[in-house]
Order: sequence, then C-alpha cells, then structure tokens
Amino acid sequence: MSLDTDDPTVASVPDPEPDNSLGGIFRAYLAKLRGGEVGSLPAVLGLIALVVVFSTLRPEQFTNSFNFANLIGQSAGVTVLAMGLVFVLLLGEIDLSAGFAGGACAGVLGVFLTRQEWPLVPALLAALLTGAVIGLLIGLLVARLGIPSFVVTLAAFLGLQGVLLTMIGEGGTIPYRNDFINGLNNANLPLWLGWALGIMCIVGYAASTYVTDARRRAKNLTVQPILLWALKTGLLTAVVLAVVGYLSVERSRNPALTSLKGVPVSLVVIVGLLIVLTFMLARTAWGRHVYAVGGNAEAARRAGINVFRVRLSCFILCSTMAAVAGIMIASRTNSVNPNTGGETTLLYAVGAAVIGGTSLFGGKGRVIDAVIGGTVVAVIDNGMGLLDQPQGTVWMVTGLVLLVAASVDALSRRRASATGHV
Amino acid sequence: MTPLLELRGVEKSFGAVQVLRGVDLSVQSGRVTALVGDNGAGKSTLVKGMAGIHLFDAGDYLFEGEPVKVTSPKDAAALGIEVVYQDLALCDNLDVVHNMFLGREMKRLRLVDEDTMEQRARETLDGLSVRTLKSVRTPVASLSGGQRQTVAIARAVLWNSKLVILDEPTAALGVAQTEQVLRLVRRLADRGLGVLLISHNLNDVFEVADDIAVLYLGAMVGQFEVASTTRERVVQAITTGVGPEGGAA
Repeated sequence: MSLDTDDPTVASVPDPEPDNSLGGIFRAYLAKLRGGEVGSLPAVLGLIALVVVFSTLRPEQFTNSFNFANLIGQSAGVTVLAMGLVFVLLLGEIDLSAGFAGGACAGVLGVFLTRQEWPLVPALLAALLTGAVIGLLIGLLVARLGIPSFVVTLAAFLGLQGVLLTMIGEGGTIPYRNDFINGLNNANLPLWLGWALGIMCIVGYAASTYVTDARRRAKNLTVQPILLWALKTGLLTAVVLAVVGYLSVERSRNPALTSLKGVPVSLVVIVGLLIVLTFMLARTAWGRHVYAVGGNAEAARRAGINVFRVRLSCFILCSTMAAVAGIMIASRTNSVNPNTGGETTLLYAVGAAVIGGTSLFGGKGRVIDAVIGGTVVAVIDNGMGLLDQPQGTVWMVTGLVLLVAASVDALSRRRASATGHV
Repeated sequence: MTPLLELRGVEKSFGAVQVLRGVDLSVQSGRVTALVGDNGAGKSTLVKGMAGIHLFDAGDYLFEGEPVKVTSPKDAAALGIEVVYQDLALCDNLDVVHNMFLGREMKRLRLVDEDTMEQRARETLDGLSVRTLKSVRTPVASLSGGQRQTVAIARAVLWNSKLVILDEPTAALGVAQTEQVLRLVRRLADRGLGVLLISHNLNDVFEVADDIAVLYLGAMVGQFEVASTTRERVVQAITTGVGPEGGAA
C-alpha cells in the first residue's frame, strides 16, 4: 500500500509554456484542425470560394451592393430558422416541422393582425406563443413519450401544412398591412444608426473579451494569447466595417425616385438573435446542460440534470425561433400564403446548420454556424440564379454542397475519435 | 468507532427475484472497503440502493450513525455520498472543468462562473496530486482511460464528500494506469474519506483495501480485514459463500 505522491508510472508533464507568437497561434490552430476540430472553417472557405466564383462570372450583378443587401434579406428567414434548429440538433434530435411551424405562426399573425385587426403587440405575441406551444407539444411527445423526433416532427410537418392551408384557404394570401412587420425584412436603418450599431458591436466584443482575458490572466487561468485576441478583434472590425460600409452605399437603381441605403433591419434581427442565443448557450448553466445532454444524456441524468426539461426547452426554443423565421419570410413578401415556410425552407435551414459545422450527431455546434451556413446556402441560391441556371441545377448544386458538409462532419468525427478529440 | 455508513439487513427484490437478502455492510472513514463477489452476487444492486437509484425493500440505512432515507441520487449527494460509475458518466464533448461541475455549475449573477470553477477544479486535482492532466480545458474525449477515471474520481471528491463509491474503477485500464488509479484511491482514504471499492480484481483489492466485504448470491458472507486474512479465504468466500473463521465483521 504505497502512498508516495510521486508517480513513477506516469511522467509528470509540466504545463508546456504556451507559444504566444503568431507562428505559435497558427501551429496551435493547425493542430486543432488535424485533431478533427474543424468548426466552421470548411464553410468559411467554401463561402470565399463561392463568392470568388460568382464574382468572376457575374462581376456586375453579384457583387453590387443591391444584390448584397438582397442576399441578406433572402437568407434571413432560413438563417433564423437554422439558429433555432441548432438547439435541437445539439441534442442529436431533428425538427422537420420548423418550416411550416414558422408558416403557421406567420399565418396566425396574419389572421389576427389583418383579419381580426388586432394591435401589433398582441398579434405578434399570439404568433410567437403559437410557436412556443407547437414546440411544447413536440417536446412533450419526444421527451416524455420517447417517440423519435423524426416521426413526431414529420407528423407535425404534414399537420401544420394543413393548418396553414386551412387558415388561409386554397390559393389565398393574407396581406400584412403593418409597417413594423413589413419593415422587418424590407426596411433599412438610417445610416448613422447602422454605423452606431456596428461600432457598438466591435467595441462591445473587444472590451468584454479583453476584460475577461485580463481577469483570467490575473488569476493565472487558461487564457488565449493576447495576440490571438487582437487578431480576432481585428478580423471582426474589418468584417463589420466592410459590411456596414458597403450597405451604406446608395443601391437604388433610381436614387431620385427612391433612396435605398443603410443596414437592412433583417441583419439587425439576425445579429441580435445571434448575440442573445450565443450568450444563452455559452454562459448559462442551461446552455452547458444542452451540450451535456447532447454529448451523453445518461451522464447528464446521473449528474442530476433534468434531461426532460432541457429537451423540452430546446424544442420550445426551436419552434419559437421558427415563428420569428416565418414572420421574417412573410415580411419579405408583405403577406403570408399556404406555402410560407414550405418548399425548401426547412431543408435549407437544416442544411445551413450542418454546413456551418453543427453536428447531426448532437453535442457539437454553435449558433453562429447557422449564420455562416445560411449565408453559404443563400449565396449558392442567389449566385446560381444570376448565372441564369435553371432551378434544377441550383438544387443539385446545393445538395452537393450539403453532402460535402455532411462528409466533412463525418470525417472530422472519425479523425477526432482517432486522435481522441471531439 | 461509529461506521461512516452502515447497512443492516437490507433486502431488495425485482419482481419474484430476490437480489439482496438481509445484507449487512459497514464502511469506516479513512479506510478502503472493497466489495467483492461473483457476477450476479448483487454488488451493483447494493451500490444503486446506496446511491438512491433503487430503493431498498427492507433494512436500515445509517449514515454517521443516524438512520437516513435515501430515495434519490440527490439525497445521497446531500449526505456526501458520491458514486463513480464504471462507465464514468462523462460527457466527451465537454472539457474537464465542465465535466467536474456537470449539473452543479457554480454561478455568479446567474451566469456560469468559469473562473471559480476552473480554479476549484485545479485545486482539487492538485490536492489529489494529479499531475497527468495537461490542461483542465481539454475535452474529456482526448484523455486516456486512466485520466478519465481520474476526472471522474476528482469530480466525486470536489464537493467535500464523505463517502466515495467506486464501481470497478480499474476494469478497462492497463497496468500503469491501474496503478495510478489505485494510488489515487488510497490517497482518498488517507485524506479521511470513506471509500467503497467494487472490484473483480483481487490483486487490486489486496493492494489497496483495508477491509473486504464479500457478497455471495445476494447475502453478505462477511467482512474480512485484509491484515488478518488470506487470498485463499477470500476466494473461497466468493465462490462458495463460506465465511471467514472468526474473521467476520
């Protein structure tokens, strides 16, 4: 019964002095990639490649600021839907009904706002509540009864499609006659506000991460090198300034008639949701529990986590986000019809989350994956359209990209299990 | 000296199958008590009962001399009983700190307090003289079997627990890592904790344990003191249910 604290069987490895130079950061990142932690890198590289290709083939149409703003509006619905789906995917579940859940909620908004002439706020709350209730029912069936989410949400997909059609009537539409709702995915911010929000984002990120890092460094905890912080902040600054700058250019074809400039409101909605949801996932105990349940539900249960409640909350959140997405989609056309949230909406959204790097196996993913993946999907759709490609080709290419993304996920997982990373 | 944990005449049936028949067991603070027995002897059921996953049908459950009711894992944790399961119950996608605080995250202003959690995780690992972990921010998936076991054990002692129950902690480990984990088990007892070690491996048991409790077909054959028994007697007790001559607890 030896009790020497020395452990001859295991060489005690002192903490390797972290290499804080540019080369060191780069090598650490490469090591992470080789370990299978690719994150959003394939999606970002793919996005750059796509933008280069379309810019070369259609320099006039693709890169002009009108199309850029257009792209954001087109992608807003799918991106918001994908953000909600990330939470369900993190559990290793799926929600096939999210598209039509969004459509149904947009329909509810139309019914109350236009037909019943309710004021905006109660009508909007009714639509969001509808989403939450849909999520609650799906979540109860999945988490309490243990029916596979694939089946439950497939049924909900069919059912909600019917609900939407019944609500609106065959071949009908319900127009929105509310400036706020229609502005969500059509209006632009005043130039000064766009710049102010952009700069707030940069300063907020730079300051909060710097303060956190400094505090952790003072307590001698693990912390990213200050150079890495500078690189990240610099990159964010460049992207934000470029985007806001480009969106502040006059993009109307006839400026004398109508002026079109400024950051689209839809972008503010996306970024706002991105910040809030990322914060919830990364900084709250609930967020940790979502990852834990997705990684090992049994371990989470034994650790005293209420797995049922975590599952339920993710489905509720997903369907509520779907309601927002449905309203964004309907806002684009100022009306809701039986196809709102239908067709490829849901498939694009799931594709967006996966392309961005969220794993279908659960336990791995971030909200920003949805934004990056949503942008990739939108760029393909938009760029192929500008190339005058028939819809058939667009779908084939999108399918191919999704397949590549899923393969990257599977391969990086294999790589990760071989090297022992996740 | 009052035992830290004492079971008297504990019974448990699943339907018509009686798994535990009047089992007595006592675990002392500062000692490693090994629980051995052949497959189907009822070791797991006994542990699950102590952990509050199953309820005993009959019998007394005393902790620090007081009768207690343990009806859920939360009750057990509140008493200071922690169980390290054979499959470890770690989340591979989370890092060491998050695994150690899984389900019991420390919070400040309602947010997860990463700083304090990381500090306490490190202090605990240092306190157990664990030096094999490079960083507490590595995902658990990238750790070796012994390191994972270490994380699971460190998680069990993080909460000033009084009794740590280890279910086959060395079952899947190589020689060097088994040695490393056994040292850790010994250190827990030397720090004054009660340790209940479930094991199949008599080498491990004789290396680290102070007492050996033998279960045979759901009944307690007896508790042997390692210093005054031999391997042959223990093996005989495990295989035939014949108790120690005069060595029963």
